[in-house]
Amino acid sequence: MIDTTRLGRDAIETKGWLMAHRFLILRRLSQFGILALFLSGPLLGIWIVKGNLASSLTLEILPLTDPHVLLQAMLSGVVPETTALIGVAIVLLFYFLVGGRVFCSWVCPVNIITDLASWLRRKLGLRASSQLSRDTRYWMLGLTLLLPLVAAGGIVWELVNPVSMMFRGIVFGIGAGWLVIAGVFLFDLLVAKDGWCGHLCPVGAFYNLLGRKSLVRVNAVNRNACNDCMECYVVCPEPQVIKPALKGNKEHKSPVILSSDCTNCGRCIDICAKHVFSYGGRHAFEATASTTEDEFHRGART
Amino acid sequence: MSNTERKNELNRRQFLGNMLRTACGVGLVGLGLGLYAQRASSLPAQVIRPPGALPEDDFLGACIRCGLCVRDCPYDILFLGEVGEEVPTGTPYFIARTGPCEMCEDIPCVKACPTNALDHSLSEIEDSHMGLAVVVDQESCIAFHGLRCEVCFNICPIRGRAITLDMQHNTRSGKHALFIPVVHSAACTGCGLCERACILEQAAIKVFPTHLAKGELGRHYRLGWKEKAEAGKSLVTPDAEHHYNLPQGVHYDLQGEGLIIDGESSETPFSGNPLDTLNSGFMEKPQ
Repeated sequence: MIDTTRLGRDAIETKGWLMAHRFLILRRLSQFGILALFLSGPLLGIWIVKGNLASSLTLEILPLTDPHVLLQAMLSGVVPETTALIGVAIVLLFYFLVGGRVFCSWVCPVNIITDLASWLRRKLGLRASSQLSRDTRYWMLGLTLLLPLVAAGGIVWELVNPVSMMFRGIVFGIGAGWLVIAGVFLFDLLVAKDGWCGHLCPVGAFYNLLGRKSLVRVNAVNRNACNDCMECYVVCPEPQVIKPALKGNKEHKSPVILSSDCTNCGRCIDICAKHVFSYGGRHAFEATASTTEDEFHRGART
Repeated sequence: MSNTERKNELNRRQFLGNMLRTACGVGLVGLGLGLYAQRASSLPAQVIRPPGALPEDDFLGACIRCGLCVRDCPYDILFLGEVGEEVPTGTPYFIARTGPCEMCEDIPCVKACPTNALDHSLSEIEDSHMGLAVVVDQESCIAFHGLRCEVCFNICPIRGRAITLDMQHNTRSGKHALFIPVVHSAACTGCGLCERACILEQAAIKVFPTHLAKGELGRHYRLGWKEKAEAGKSLVTPDAEHHYNLPQGVHYDLQGEGLIIDGESSETPFSGNPLDTLNSGFMEKPQ
């Protein structure tokens, strides 16, 4: 088992602290920056974005609407306004291209909480974790879409959804919602590793399905340099996505992380001292496959 | 059975077992959520939805809790329900006593709604029915004590139609009038300006969600005089004339005269007016 207290030391030594935390810092800037855009209106009177992640209007012109919540509303029988449909189209297109779960790692405020729980788990050496299927989230997604059809009370999921609750809570007032967020934190810390985001969250599951064919992916381009330190597996919130790309060399499998479970968070890129990973396109494989083969032949020749 | 078959069998069993376990767990979550939603969907009486809001059940299905209506309200009266409050989480509302709807003519909150939870077909704010004002406490409303107030009547943005003053006799003083505020549900928008303006410590006129405030006649019910006015004639068969089985020369008057014997003087020793009797002593000196 690898020493989690030493995690990232190699990367910091070879790349420096900043480069070893580059995407983590950028993600936090993105998450807090988005919150700041929504908060500058109510707090400072400078109106940039109105609304919240469910639906918003930027600079009085750009509508953005969450497709998961609008789908639930439509299932309960509503015909949305054109602005909502335009907003949904923009969001769908964006995440379809950059990767659905980019929402999870670059936008969602709950990610900050669950990352904290995950970090504490490593620091405290908590390894015990309940066995939950990662497919549970798809069942949860089904549930959120079924409830508007059968239950009284319309969009039932939005009564308890920690994702929208946290963002809306910060922008509009959260009340006792902090208890729900604390619940998610404690669940991830004490009950199941990456329990919420990686196993249960139906919002993540929705964006996961949306990003099935996304163009931006993390690639294990330099996988021949891997020294099996295993640190990427430890920091990754969806470690099952790494192996096919990182260890697929012998079977000539693509070095592109193709699983849409991957949140494109870039922690593997940061943590790797050997520069194995980088962001790239889904179809970068054709090019890289030939280069790795070239390298292979070159290696054989020398 | 070969080894691999047994292994497959086990995998299939495990697979089905795991799937059932997950489905069962998620099903329980769903049950809990459904029951919670049922409880959470009943609004407290003082919580009023913004103008154009669909009926509550439809509204909860249509509102995506984005808060754009809250942001576009120029008077900042709208709030989103917070967790732990009695309002369904994230849905917009206002409280009439502290912040009533100011009835903007361009209805910006409705325009901001991306999902038609606030119905975009509402074009005139005076057509909205956010709730219904009710004079709930006739004991404390000072108009019922014969004092002049009429603040609710005067503040009403649909003055003279949504609230009228009903003039009644003041039986206490015997010579004054009571100006009783009466709300008319067809015109009242439920904006709540009257509730905020009410001068009492606790408002005697309050806005409630319409379904709480409004009664409804049985559908079979007809008001005879209205039907008569509408049809121009009585719609019921006229009463059959009463016939009494009396001896000849005797009649009976149902309207108060009683038994009448023909040929007998209808004059009674005493007139119906007691003054006649009193005055008679002075008018006619005894012989």
